[in-house]
Amino acid sequence: MGMKETQVTVNVNGKLHSLTVEPRLLLVHMLREKLLLSGTHIGCDTSQCGACTVLLDGRAVKSCTVLAVQAHEKTVTTVEGLGTMEQLHPVQEGFWEKHGLQCGFCTPGVMMTAVGLLQQNPHPTEAEIRHGLEGVICRCTGYQNIVRAVQYAASHTETSAIDSEVAAPDIVRDVIEGR
Amino acid sequence: MSGVFGSKVKRKEDPRLITGQGTYTDDVKLPNLAHAAILRSPYAHAVIKRVDVSKALEHPSVLAVFTGKDIVQKIGPIPTAWLPPDSDIKTTAHYALAIDKVRYVGDGVAMVVADDLYAAKDALELITVEYEVLPAVVNQEAAMGKMAPVVHEDAPNNVAFHWQAGDATDEMFANAPVHVSHRFVQQRLIPNAMEPRSSVAQYNASTGSLTMWLTSQNPHIHRLLLSGILGLPEHHIRILAIDVGGGFGSKIACYPDEALVGFAAMELGVPVKWTEERRENFLVTTHGRDMILDVEVAGEADGTLTAIRVHNIANMGAYLSTAGPGVPTILFGLIVPGAYRFAHAKVDVYGVFTNTTPTDAYRGAGRPEATYVLERIVDLFALELGMDPVEVRRKNLIGADEFPYHTALGLEYDSGNYQQSLDKALGMVKYEEFRQEQEELRSQGRYIGIGCTTYVEICGLGPSQVAGAVGFQGGLWESSTVRVHPTGKVTVFTGASPHGQGEETTFAQIVGDRLGIPIDDVEIVHGDTDRIAMGWGTYGSRTTPVGGNALAIAVDRVIEKARKIAAHMLEASEAEVEFQNGIFYISGHESGTVRQVTFQEVVLQAYLAWNLPAGVEPGLEGHSFYDPVNFVYPFGSHFCMVEVDRETGEIAILRYVAVDDCGRVINPMIAEGQVHGGIAQGIGQALWEGAVYDDRGQLLTGTFMDYAMPKAHFFPEFETAFTETPAPQNLLGVKGIGETGTIASTPAVVNAVIDALRPFGVRDLDMPLTPEKVWQAMQKGSVSA
Amino acid sequence: MIPSAFAYERASSIREAIELLRASGGEGKLIAGGHSLLPMMKLRLTSPDTLIDIAGVEGLRAVRVTGDRLTVGALLTHDQIMTNPLVREKLPILAETASQIGDLQVRNRGTIGGNLAHADPASDLPAVALALDANLQVVSVEGSETYAAEDFFLGPLITALPENSMLTGVSFAIPPAHTRGVYEKFAHPASGYAVVGVAAVIGVNQGQVNYIRVAITGAGDVPYRAHDVENTLLGRPLTPATISDAAKLAAEDGVMADDLFASAQYRAHLCSVYVKKALLRASRIE
Repeated sequence: MGMKETQVTVNVNGKLHSLTVEPRLLLVHMLREKLLLSGTHIGCDTSQCGACTVLLDGRAVKSCTVLAVQAHEKTVTTVEGLGTMEQLHPVQEGFWEKHGLQCGFCTPGVMMTAVGLLQQNPHPTEAEIRHGLEGVICRCTGYQNIVRAVQYAASHTETSAIDSEVAAPDIVRDVIEGR
Repeated sequence: MSGVFGSKVKRKEDPRLITGQGTYTDDVKLPNLAHAAILRSPYAHAVIKRVDVSKALEHPSVLAVFTGKDIVQKIGPIPTAWLPPDSDIKTTAHYALAIDKVRYVGDGVAMVVADDLYAAKDALELITVEYEVLPAVVNQEAAMGKMAPVVHEDAPNNVAFHWQAGDATDEMFANAPVHVSHRFVQQRLIPNAMEPRSSVAQYNASTGSLTMWLTSQNPHIHRLLLSGILGLPEHHIRILAIDVGGGFGSKIACYPDEALVGFAAMELGVPVKWTEERRENFLVTTHGRDMILDVEVAGEADGTLTAIRVHNIANMGAYLSTAGPGVPTILFGLIVPGAYRFAHAKVDVYGVFTNTTPTDAYRGAGRPEATYVLERIVDLFALELGMDPVEVRRKNLIGADEFPYHTALGLEYDSGNYQQSLDKALGMVKYEEFRQEQEELRSQGRYIGIGCTTYVEICGLGPSQVAGAVGFQGGLWESSTVRVHPTGKVTVFTGASPHGQGEETTFAQIVGDRLGIPIDDVEIVHGDTDRIAMGWGTYGSRTTPVGGNALAIAVDRVIEKARKIAAHMLEASEAEVEFQNGIFYISGHESGTVRQVTFQEVVLQAYLAWNLPAGVEPGLEGHSFYDPVNFVYPFGSHFCMVEVDRETGEIAILRYVAVDDCGRVINPMIAEGQVHGGIAQGIGQALWEGAVYDDRGQLLTGTFMDYAMPKAHFFPEFETAFTETPAPQNLLGVKGIGETGTIASTPAVVNAVIDALRPFGVRDLDMPLTPEKVWQAMQKGSVSA
Repeated sequence: MIPSAFAYERASSIREAIELLRASGGEGKLIAGGHSLLPMMKLRLTSPDTLIDIAGVEGLRAVRVTGDRLTVGALLTHDQIMTNPLVREKLPILAETASQIGDLQVRNRGTIGGNLAHADPASDLPAVALALDANLQVVSVEGSETYAAEDFFLGPLITALPENSMLTGVSFAIPPAHTRGVYEKFAHPASGYAVVGVAAVIGVNQGQVNYIRVAITGAGDVPYRAHDVENTLLGRPLTPATISDAAKLAAEDGVMADDLFASAQYRAHLCSVYVKKALLRASRIE
């Protein structure tokens, strides 16, 4: 209300968007309301449920706790950009094969978290998968088939596919600088 | 039969859901869509002295602000649709927005409609309300006290209803050789479907028709109720529930906000959307459980159980929700005797108003509560006798040869083999070995325990005659239409309204199996009142036993008519024509001979209608309105093994073993998924979840930061198995599977923990079994020991 | 759950960030990852007029070792810290603690600077900051200052940070080579925050404890050093019995919180149990 709007340029699923937004606009609302990408869901207000998880510069983040302006000049991948029916991402394939979803509402966020998890740890143990899913809440599945879905994805993902998934140049640079 | 029935078919609903192409209510976008936000009472009990909306109206984006007084002449009160008989029920008026008094934190006071979501939320802060705060009451037993604050003037002592059933008498307990009693508390739970509730309404003034997208488990019930509330003819309302992100009972009720959104769209002439925030969901979407239960059993010294009675004080919250009164009465009471041969039973239930969120069905709805108290008191009974709890159960389980079995409360259990289930579970568990290990570890100061549940549940709601007799203000049959298209593809219209349970797949399996066509040739349509004749929705594990059988009957009617046409094409009599794997052929000739015609060829002829037999109409469609003759009674045996940390009271689940019997299994993968989810929710109640109010009626557990939802790392891998005892009273032989896990797991876990704590003399603990509670119990126990 | 409106500025240097803060007249706040601030803003528990985004400020993402201290730039995320080879080599306890913050998504976004400046009493990092004698580097209009961790955390969400200042980095003491540090946490089942979190560093020389730091977070309004535990063990042999004795004093230096999930009595008990757990693991007596 009355606050200066801000320009945001953001690459979403490979497409560049330039928008003028209220600074307080949450990334999740930019995706859902402005770009009409409704695959990313909102399940809570306190950064607990992870239904809104997307990749920001290749890393899984909760888009309800990121301002759209913070995504300026960054790359966002949502479930819509993960894979197509012709070429599903191994994580999508795993969720379908292993019955990793029921109502499907948390699923996009859980899948994006799983993509982030496998990128950071391509061959997780069952315990590592369960801990890696700390940031998501699913009320339907009891998680067992989600774990199986992630295991499926891990065993069906070529290492090269993970590397090329989404480049994370800033973070890589930072970490290298950090050394 | 094609073999597709009973096989692990991948779900048909998944492709859209894993690619982000689902249509949940909040995903619906319409031109000129306005957004609503609701101002909610911060007090549990207060008189509204004054509401000033003038500043909000000045906000440039605000289209309208409504208060209770503005709309009282325009929107009728929200009705209660379950009125238990002979219970003197007080259905006090529940207005969509409070008029002069708020009765719980979250009660709606005003609604803002703005052309932007953020502006609508901002404008809420511009409304001033002057309240006169009144004392509140949150505990149902306290609410019945003489000095308690009164929630509704027309309900003295806050009693909303009093319902009883059964014949067990005082003498049966007083004179019994063994008599065990205990008070159990079922804490309040918050269903927390991951999708918050949402409504979108669009009104066409020229036709007078209202379209609403709703997060509903039962769109036709919503249409019926909203028609009355909004004063709009039923045929001018269309309810759509396309993708619904879980319900667990919390999307059965018709809510004030839903009526408000429909009203606002009609009043303002623009489409209106309202979507709940999670914080709002915690406050206003119906809660579950919350019962205080005094339980007694009588038995013989040899371990035979003879009578049970339960006195239940149920917290109904501030208003009676749509199905709320049915939960602690019918759904709870009738199943109290469980899987055991009780000769007598008695249930006495008070439903009580308090200044809390209304309660209604939550996964299992009444049956988890009944099973909990039964399975817990059976353990206490075993303890009293010094018998092994498994032995006591085995001694009292209804025998496989006793079905149909008539219970002390008048139910007729359809089929079962409880011993087989128990034996199978025991085999998986290795019970004796566990008991030995338990002894050894105890001597080392480590405490492991095992608990079990041998449950039977009542589901597949239900025969409509019974529904009427028990006060449900609707039928419980289900409808199905099977529309065969000229090319042999099939669209099914079902009145059930699945929202995650997978019936787009299992129903396609039923059709594919019967018609001998690929399941990809079958589309299941649900959740649209314009396309589907009528239906009662999805809850009470009724979708497959009722909706699935309605579908099977409708498919068979298609086959019946197609057979007539096939006979005509084959120049044979109808009786000679057999149908298998999608082919009509003449008896005595196997498929592959010339005397056959495919289903698709017959369908085409039905539509071409060039040469139909006399008296047969063109087209091919099957309809059914199926009313079951009885409920169905799934059963099973669950075991949980835990270790309690002596130092912290933390509980580690070592193993969880579940053997369930839901009759014939259509899709083992989906059935197993239902069991997993149910177990997780049931364990959630046992160990982590619990809504807590303070004395002033403030919800202290109002976010996911405070209310502990189960996470992936809380659980081990569940070990599940099935036995298959066909349901004898329906065509498919199926029973429900959606709630068994929740019903069975809570007592199994608590029994295991109490078993682990036996050396400390702990008899019972109230759920959730938080580490501190367990630790305090061990501290006390070790002091007294 | 939408923040109140605010103006948004991007700072490209520390100096610019401080200038913008000053220009906001005390109504501005810095935002980096936003994982402490945005949840508060969404609940409208705080409504700054201006947000100054410091994510673009150069030079705040380095990890450096100077002498016996390791310095971490304020903008490093928890994930970057837990995976940084230098941190893992020199201060495994810091990597371990960072790996237990929030969840995978939160660790990808939340920064060490934001976390410490927010001073949530149940946050994990303050314990390790105390146990590693951390110095918090702060730049303000006045110039640069350093705060010892023990002087930094004043209360729940209250720190010694002066107005118009910015936390730019944290330097941690690298404990002597013969020591070992661990972080043990009893997590709240809903939030994942520490009900009690214990950071412990311990070293033994010639059969006696000659280096010990024990710090506790989550138990009360402020994180604290368990000096009584340290003093009891210092100069004594390290055995399960001496650890157990000392751990009994774990709550002595703190004021226990009392809430729905854990009473003060239980928290005090947990402090003892978790100090014992941490010391046993750090001593490799498990």
